[in-house]
Amino acid sequence: MTMESPLAEQKPRIVLQEYKLAQTAPIAKDHFTVKSFKKSFKIVIIRNEQNEMEFDMIGIHPFLVNAFRRLILSDVPTMSIEKVYISNNTSVIQDEVLAHRLGLVPLKADPRLFDYKEDASAESNENDSLEFELKIKCTYNKEANKKDSSRAEDMYKNNNVYSRHIKWLPVGNQKERFKESEVGPIDDNILLAKMRPGHELDLKLVAVKGCGRDHAKFSPVATVFYRLLPDVKLTRPVEGEAALRLQSCFSPGVIGIRHEKDGKRVAYVDNARYDTCSRNAFRHDDIKDAVVATKIPDHFVFTIESVGALRPDVIFTEAITILKNKCAALLEELESTG
Amino acid sequence: MNCCFKLSGTEVGKDNDKSKTFVFQDEGHTLGNALRCVISNYPDVQFCGYTVPHPAESKMHFRIQTYNGKAIEALKKGLEDLMQLCDITLDKFNHELASS
Repeated sequence: MTMESPLAEQKPRIVLQEYKLAQTAPIAKDHFTVKSFKKSFKIVIIRNEQNEMEFDMIGIHPFLVNAFRRLILSDVPTMSIEKVYISNNTSVIQDEVLAHRLGLVPLKADPRLFDYKEDASAESNENDSLEFELKIKCTYNKEANKKDSSRAEDMYKNNNVYSRHIKWLPVGNQKERFKESEVGPIDDNILLAKMRPGHELDLKLVAVKGCGRDHAKFSPVATVFYRLLPDVKLTRPVEGEAALRLQSCFSPGVIGIRHEKDGKRVAYVDNARYDTCSRNAFRHDDIKDAVVATKIPDHFVFTIESVGALRPDVIFTEAITILKNKCAALLEELESTG
Repeated sequence: MNCCFKLSGTEVGKDNDKSKTFVFQDEGHTLGNALRCVISNYPDVQFCGYTVPHPAESKMHFRIQTYNGKAIEALKKGLEDLMQLCDITLDKFNHELASS
């Protein structure tokens, strides 16, 4: 059984060799033009879920992909708690630590419906801020603790303060504009503080719109990353025990084992997409010549993991719009100053 | 908001219409690198590079030297092309999103 040379591809590849990376062909220094980009660029959506999205960008230069990644991380805005007015805090967690924790709680309010606050010290209004309150007191739980339990959950009421205890206070016309379910913490079960009887919190929280460049709490994503699409090819059949060893050299799912009729086990490439590009196969002298692992230099797998305020596809379109508006604003300024 | 202006009459050398350093306020690697890659592909451009001189200052210096034509025209064309790239990406993404 002969296999075609895996490197006889039209497109240039990056080859993972034992101690270095090599290229099958020098990446053509083509003159990148908008026209050629429009022709060659392709997007394929692989996965689009509530909070996570994966898609392929094919025929694109790394500079654009990286610009999109950077924009998503630090330029796409969300709402976050920025100010905490503390009327009373008798719990053991310090005011500033508690305020910091509250700032990091992700909120689900849609940032596109709000304005940036022009001046941080200005009075907040219905268009640029959301207000919340957190009023909670820990007490003994006398009637419910009939089991004579010594667990804190049975002995006390409100001994744990969770994000669900944050109450939204609509300002101005916000009551008509938003539903109760549209604002507030994304997750109800974020532990904010621990208390004991007599401890009390009385806080007012103000959330504003901001972007990740100012503070990571404003970043709309847990992470966003891209990688080159890997490809694994076998140059000769690998059988028996060597096949199992080959399988264990790669991420799960990359190499499959086929059981032939005569009882032989033969390795085949099942799905190279989720390979982590480890070079484990090179540790085995008998199989290192049987595989060629490559990457496709203009095929990017782009993954967006949203925190939950915006859907990942919305985050991506927002990022591009921000870049476009940036360019437009600069152009206008250039035109006006000559 | 953003403001960009030309740095003129400095030690950068013979600044004339063909070679200029532009200073972008409140911009960084995100725009700098993208714009640099677009502009350095133009056949008329001899050199294009950017630097963020100090991480604590939100400024980006952008240098263009051309064989022919004004540096400022190359910058304008670069910004226009980058906008078009955004439009194409947005278009293809939305199209793909609608059909998936």
